[in-house]
Amino acid sequence: MDRPAQIKFPIPEEELVYSGHTACPGCGAALAMKYVLKGLGPRTIIVIPPSCMGTIAAGFPFSSLKIPVLRIPFESTAISASGIRAALDVMGKEDIHVLAWAGDGGTFDIGLQALSGAAERNDNIIYVCYDNEGYMNTGIQRSSSTPAGAWTTTTPAPFVKDTPKKDIVRIMAAHNIPYIATASIGYPADLIRKVKKAKEIGGTRFILIFSPCPTGWRYSPEMTIRLAKLGTETGIFPLYEIENGEKYTLSSKRPEKPLRDYFALQGRFRNLTKENLQQFEERVEKEREYLKRLAG
Amino acid sequence: MKKVISANQAVSYAVVAAKAQVIAAYPITPQSSIVEMLAGFCATGALQAKFINVESEHSAMAACISASVMGARTFTATSSQGLALMHELLHYASGLRLPIVMANVNRALASPFNLKADLSDSLSQRDTGWLQFYCESGQEVFDTIIQSYRISEKLLLPVMVNLEGFILSHTYEIVDLPEQSQVDLFLPPAPARECLDVDNPCMFGSTTDYYINFRYKMHQDMEEAKTFCSEIDAEFKKVFGRDYGLVSTYLCEDADLILVTAGTIAGTCRVVADRCRARGMKVGVLRIRMVRPFPGKQICEPLRKAKKVAVIDRDFSPGCGGIFAQEVKASLQGINCGLPVYEFIAGLGGKDVTDKDIELIIEQTHNMPNRGESTWIGLLK
Repeated sequence: MDRPAQIKFPIPEEELVYSGHTACPGCGAALAMKYVLKGLGPRTIIVIPPSCMGTIAAGFPFSSLKIPVLRIPFESTAISASGIRAALDVMGKEDIHVLAWAGDGGTFDIGLQALSGAAERNDNIIYVCYDNEGYMNTGIQRSSSTPAGAWTTTTPAPFVKDTPKKDIVRIMAAHNIPYIATASIGYPADLIRKVKKAKEIGGTRFILIFSPCPTGWRYSPEMTIRLAKLGTETGIFPLYEIENGEKYTLSSKRPEKPLRDYFALQGRFRNLTKENLQQFEERVEKEREYLKRLAG
Repeated sequence: MKKVISANQAVSYAVVAAKAQVIAAYPITPQSSIVEMLAGFCATGALQAKFINVESEHSAMAACISASVMGARTFTATSSQGLALMHELLHYASGLRLPIVMANVNRALASPFNLKADLSDSLSQRDTGWLQFYCESGQEVFDTIIQSYRISEKLLLPVMVNLEGFILSHTYEIVDLPEQSQVDLFLPPAPARECLDVDNPCMFGSTTDYYINFRYKMHQDMEEAKTFCSEIDAEFKKVFGRDYGLVSTYLCEDADLILVTAGTIAGTCRVVADRCRARGMKVGVLRIRMVRPFPGKQICEPLRKAKKVAVIDRDFSPGCGGIFAQEVKASLQGINCGLPVYEFIAGLGGKDVTDKDIELIIEQTHNMPNRGESTWIGLLK
């Protein structure tokens, strides 16, 4: 497709994800991978634990990624990347990026210990968590990233999840690592900018990517991008960066849309009560104030 | 150069001599002094390796796995609970066909807590696809670590070198540390392993219906390991003047009664065998050094001429008995010789197995007309 020469296109054209992969239609995670690899480039080695992405990256003897992939155990995402980094360093191959890639289950829950260990050691890796707020690969079970009020197969109505989503970013910020960012597949230019920024920094870098899931969130696949944008526009998923645990930079505007716009599109929130909605509003406002204060 | 060192120190010196490149380890009694010493060697530059202070044994093995996929020579050491925590990854390491070498300082598994020697920790990992050696002296520990790198890098299977907690790990004895040039001659640098190559991107470890074929290949290579480990042992003898065999026998040729055991108990058994011989009683000793692959043929051959066999296990499988006894009986079944095997459980949780205990075992085996259930030695009153 021809583009006017004067428009600066912020997204690299090189594709490192093959078409024909096995993601569901409208998968946010597949887009997240596409954009992250555009930012990192082909001199990257990736480790993937059990997750949707493990499936999307395909089964033996195929691969849908144009970079080397090591499938690793569920608990071990961060340390597996650290092990590769250590080997590259002793072999003098320092120009290769090591990408740890896990879902929210693999990051917030079972992989948290190894992630904390790597962050505390400040291992030289980039850790991306694509966040679809549940164990989607095993059939939509709740994770500690699942928001309050959401239906999953293990929080069935009327016993939907009654505790809020774990704040993984604050946990990571407490490790004072060089770079943390939240990003969204709804804003690819911002996402890729953050990946490129992370790429230029050493030490542990953590990027949380908001990745809506039509299958698990119960919405129609063509609305993935709309939902991703709504997540940020309503303040549910603010976009920001944290450098060295202290320098906060907000990259999304003040929430401008009502929360109900976000919830109404998703079947998983069908049982949301007025009380839930009010709690969400309070939490979003509190989070906004918190970030604003830290960003100065 | 001869030095008086502990077996844990022998492990560390061997890892330095083997020029390991990535070490990831987590401290646990009685393994800790290995980790401390290696951290020191890395800090001073005596060993040019990357030392990763991981937050768990699970991560220690995960780091070794991914570094090993890259072709780095890796090492870790653990014990008991730590080994149990690694369990999932032990399967992973062998399934990915990685030449990882690990020292396991045998210790009893909780609960109740007991920090002392017991082989149940590593024996309960015997189905994970790792080669397993059980050592008797600091020298053997050093030599087996060096041998293990040669073996694992040829077979592409991981190797676990076991030494009993405190009884061996903390005992100081003379160990002959060979010249580096000698070790280099025997153990060349790790072969390149271009798996995760950015210029030729491939995926490793993904889902496959060829699973059964992968397992069959592992079975074939484990079978080959029996021959290969003997060859390596013979080659080791040419360079260093020492060899150990897959099993070691003592006075078995004409023995009526053969004691079968593993690890440090074998030494006491030999002393008692000598005493028995002086009294005209023909007792022999067979020490099993390699447990996976299980050298059934090498074990049965010396046993077949005996009249009775007593297996002494410092380990136990609840509901079944001594683990070595089960393995030995299974192998004997293959040669259909009807040899009675008497089973003894002794020394669990680091209890001393004394010469008196072994004399009692011999007496019982000698006097009992039929073998019964396993006999427990040394229960406290």
